[in-house]
Amino acid sequence: MIWRVEIKDKAGVFDAAGGSVAKDIQDLGIASVHKVCVEQVFLIEGQITVSQIERICRELLVDPVTQDFSFLPKPTPEDDTAQGLRTVEIAYNPGVMDPVEGSTLKGIADLGIVNVRSVRTAKKYLLYGCPSDKEISIIVNRVLSNKLIQHVVDHSQAVKTFTPLKEKQEVHVAHVDVLGASDKKLLEISAKGQLFLNINEMRAIKKHFKKLGRNPTDCELETIAQTWSEHCNHKTFRGDITYTMVQGRKKKTTRIRSLLKSTIMKATKEINAPWCVSVFHDNSGIVKFDQDSHVCFKVETHNHPSALEPFGGANTGIGGVIRDCLGTGLGAKPIANTDVFCFAPWDVPFDKLPEGALHPLRVMKGVVSGVRDYGNKMGIPTVNGTVVFHKDFIGNPLVYCGTVGIMPKNKVKKQARKGDLIVAFGGRTGRDGIHGATFSSGELTEDSEVVSSGAVQIGHPIQEKKVLDVLLQARDRDLYNAITDCGAGGFSSAVGEMGQQLGCRVYLEKAPTKYQGLNYEEIWISESQERMVVAVPKNKIDQLLKLFEDENVEAVVLGEFTGTKRLELFYKGVQVCNLDMDFLHDGVPRIAKKAVWAMPKIQEPVLAATEQMTETLKNVLSHPNICSKENIVRRYDHEVQGASVIKPFVGLKCDGPSDASVLRPKYDSVKGIAIANGINPRYGLIDPYWMAMSCIDEAVRQIICVGGSLDQIAILDNFCWGNPDKPDRLGSLVRAAQGCYDAAVGFRAPFISGKDSLYNEYAYQGKTISIPGTVLISALGIVKNVEKAVTMDFKQEGDLVYVIGKTFPELGGSAYYDSLGKLGVTVPKVHVKTAVKICAAVERAIAKGFVRSCHDCSDGGLAVALAEMAFAGGKGAEIFLSKVPASASQGRNDIVLFSESNSRFIVEVSQNKQKEFERLFQGLPCGLIGRVAPEESLVIHGLNGKICVQSDLRSLKQAWQRTLRW
Amino acid sequence: MAKKVRAIILRTAGTNCDQETAFAFRDSGADVELVHVNYLFQKVKRLDDYHILAIAGGFSYGDDISAGRILANELRLKLGQDIARFIKDGKLIIGICNGFQVLVKAGILPGSQGPDLKREEFVQQATLTTNDSGKFEDRWTYLKVSGRCAWTTGMEGIVYFPVAHGEGKFVCQNKRILRGIQDNDQVVFRYCAQDGRKTDYPGNPNGSCDEIAGITDATGHILGLMPHPERHFLFTQHPFWTRLAKKSRYGDGARVFQNGVTYIKKHC
Repeated sequence: MIWRVEIKDKAGVFDAAGGSVAKDIQDLGIASVHKVCVEQVFLIEGQITVSQIERICRELLVDPVTQDFSFLPKPTPEDDTAQGLRTVEIAYNPGVMDPVEGSTLKGIADLGIVNVRSVRTAKKYLLYGCPSDKEISIIVNRVLSNKLIQHVVDHSQAVKTFTPLKEKQEVHVAHVDVLGASDKKLLEISAKGQLFLNINEMRAIKKHFKKLGRNPTDCELETIAQTWSEHCNHKTFRGDITYTMVQGRKKKTTRIRSLLKSTIMKATKEINAPWCVSVFHDNSGIVKFDQDSHVCFKVETHNHPSALEPFGGANTGIGGVIRDCLGTGLGAKPIANTDVFCFAPWDVPFDKLPEGALHPLRVMKGVVSGVRDYGNKMGIPTVNGTVVFHKDFIGNPLVYCGTVGIMPKNKVKKQARKGDLIVAFGGRTGRDGIHGATFSSGELTEDSEVVSSGAVQIGHPIQEKKVLDVLLQARDRDLYNAITDCGAGGFSSAVGEMGQQLGCRVYLEKAPTKYQGLNYEEIWISESQERMVVAVPKNKIDQLLKLFEDENVEAVVLGEFTGTKRLELFYKGVQVCNLDMDFLHDGVPRIAKKAVWAMPKIQEPVLAATEQMTETLKNVLSHPNICSKENIVRRYDHEVQGASVIKPFVGLKCDGPSDASVLRPKYDSVKGIAIANGINPRYGLIDPYWMAMSCIDEAVRQIICVGGSLDQIAILDNFCWGNPDKPDRLGSLVRAAQGCYDAAVGFRAPFISGKDSLYNEYAYQGKTISIPGTVLISALGIVKNVEKAVTMDFKQEGDLVYVIGKTFPELGGSAYYDSLGKLGVTVPKVHVKTAVKICAAVERAIAKGFVRSCHDCSDGGLAVALAEMAFAGGKGAEIFLSKVPASASQGRNDIVLFSESNSRFIVEVSQNKQKEFERLFQGLPCGLIGRVAPEESLVIHGLNGKICVQSDLRSLKQAWQRTLRW
Repeated sequence: MAKKVRAIILRTAGTNCDQETAFAFRDSGADVELVHVNYLFQKVKRLDDYHILAIAGGFSYGDDISAGRILANELRLKLGQDIARFIKDGKLIIGICNGFQVLVKAGILPGSQGPDLKREEFVQQATLTTNDSGKFEDRWTYLKVSGRCAWTTGMEGIVYFPVAHGEGKFVCQNKRILRGIQDNDQVVFRYCAQDGRKTDYPGNPNGSCDEIAGITDATGHILGLMPHPERHFLFTQHPFWTRLAKKSRYGDGARVFQNGVTYIKKHC
């Protein structure tokens, strides 16, 4: 039987959840609901008595201090309709991960009650007021649920049981007829199976199987599609590109064989840094940290899933990149996460929203919650990140998740050996995430939410935490020879990759499944989360399985590595796949694409010169890309593990934006790491080359700001672009990659890993919205002594304030222009030789202890940086723009204040260090622009000597903090 | 006098402040073992072998149902007698953040009041519920130290620790229990403003009654608190240490762990 338990807050208890739902409803413009209460529903199935259900309630489900409960011996509630009250009950769709179910089952068993078969949960919303049916439907779809994972419970449908009936499945191997298929038919097969393979690839498959004289099984075809997908294979970056650059009337065409090898990897090869341990090879890039340990870093994207189900998409995005770290070498311990998001503005009116797309505010809230949930529960501090807004992220938000790990230096090499057992462990396999890899290799459309709903999942961070805890113990006891995580493509790519050199045999029925009824193909390609695979020598298998059992982590032997170089899959004794590993991994035809980049036809706006810039500065401080992100960052635990040295927010009141985060991974050592990110899609709208250069400059100078060193900065590239089959999109991608090469070589900062997510376009009603091509550069620097680290807040009255680096008239793409609705064309450039000299000098000044505070000038330019330093430190400043090293400022204050020229730092130096400090900057652009002031106001004298900015710090801070409040 | 102070830090699914807590005890001179609760349930390890029991922060079992509930039940139902004996022996217990939630929900804190410890039936009398802000927040809080507690001996005035939780609002079952805690000197930490005055959100980050951030039991041996002393163990963990002169390697939180270890050395 099924018991229904309803739990509600006692009268007088403050219902924060209900209040927040009520606010969301009001934000939709629906005024007919004046109050919302949320109740928790548990449906408990099993042979249990009244006294048992009462005990379950009292001792497990209900907090006796704050909650009341009631129960009924049936799944449906009593009719509680009343005038002025509507109730809506929301539950997860069958098969969607609900961690509470498992925990509740465990909690009931702990009470000694054993006859419970299953638990389901639901949330009951009591909406007070008189909303219309149409309003209810809007509330349900926009606030209470996402139909991809949840549904409204229909109480008129009687549910007798949640336990699925046992089904006896005959194994039936399906073959797909490619041998007899025409080109047209081949494409149909690809489309129908959501394989996302093009005609050349389908032909290659046909040719291969023609040689074998048989058709592929459905499972074989799927395996090939997964392995060859853009997501797993990065065909565009490895393919042939004919690239044409158009400048005015001039056209220049070049052929690029592998964009990856000719830009990103080439830079790393040329720099040839001795501290690079493993690059572009493993799940993340590895660099040296100290005598005993290495650190690794990887940044992933999870854009497509986050567009459809923001919470689950971001949640599983974090989960995936953490597993990348666990699967690096023989396993690294995650010590920090970074998160960078791009959204459309959160105040877009609903009628401007493309059909099928979720509202950006909802996307933002969901993504932030997803990151919060997974990162916090895993106990990994989220230490750095940013949020960027642009209207063209409306259909495709970007969600970049990064993880840094630390590992003993003798745990880098891994190699499965012939005869090793394939052991899968962690979460169970379900139908979730089927076709995730191929799905992210295509564009989203208004129908995506229907067609691709299987690709959406919710994570289970505690499962992954258990995996992490037990895995590091197994690693330290040398219980396995190789490891990888199950990411896109699930077992198919994890086992396929590990067995690439050896070949393997897998018995799919051994995989523990979440529920019955999965067929062999689903088990093989399912992307259920929190699963990993290790190669275990036979003589260590008992020890490994015992350890996993002790920590309640399920582990099973799936098969073994054979040495036959074939991928052989069996299901209940029947062979369902027998593929040649060489064909699988090397058989994909090279892709040839065309790319064109032409300078966009845009112009510099003509603005009237104004003298008074105080209000302008406040507007720029309130710009969504510049404003305080504290509302988001505080939701993340950024201090767990106790390693933080420079936190995301610093200064007198812990509310100033720090440049890079600094961590001390070993409590007993002063050696540390600094983590920073550079991103600016607006620059890319003008010229992706300078966008890439600027992002690298920004990431590097943030590392320098906090006390890092040019001696060791590793960077990651992460390209999110539109459809690369369209020459203009690919052209801008090529140009960005070239910028990456030039800047990396210039700064001698090698790429150690990277990622690309293409096809970020949204098609609806015959229109297409492409995201602005966006590169994220993430940097990892080594800090020699964290106790010498520097923060950005002004510290001492009377100290000298310097600007290092030259200010050019470069307002193109600036936040200042954007706040006026302009783009401009004078995008900031990087003079990389000078930039390196400047960074080196700042590094020396910090190392010598001359620098009391240091902040980089980026979005919003000099004015924003000065304001931030002042209000973070609670100290004013008096500044003279005429002292700023500038070129061709045309006498305009706005250029000097808001230009976003690269390679600039603002530095606070105590008066008695002036000479020594200035000596370090001989021959470099360095201006003494003013002093830290005794009173709490920022005064800036314009180029003509007259005051152009004058404000108390409180109102500047308010301007900066007022934007992002929800 | 104990020669070697042995501390056990419990670990289970979702425990995640165990490493820094272990470092804090180790640096303070204790021998520290991180032990999965299964090994205690299986009797592979015995609570009797230790002097200090620490329940670290984290999200035990995902905080599913409510924060700390499932681990609280496990301890109460599977280790209740061992814990009662541990308390009776005058040993020390500390629960930080999730550990505090566990101690309160298991009924170990505030515990029976008055000196009669034989009625050591664990009954929940208070709770830690959803923050008034409705969200998880990581922020630094000023705390006024008071009460009689072995863990805070010699600590005076105001300390600065971070909180990081979504369910930290301390509420008592009724006024009698609250008054008992107050009258009995069981309130150990109260959220306050920088100058020690009474404070609202965000100074009181969760809306706790009487600004209560941490309490002890009638013996003063058991400390539960939402803020994280182990995250201000070192000077460089202070959120604006770059503005301060370094006086010591340690931060405000170190005293808590040092006190625990010193107490055992003296008394056990």
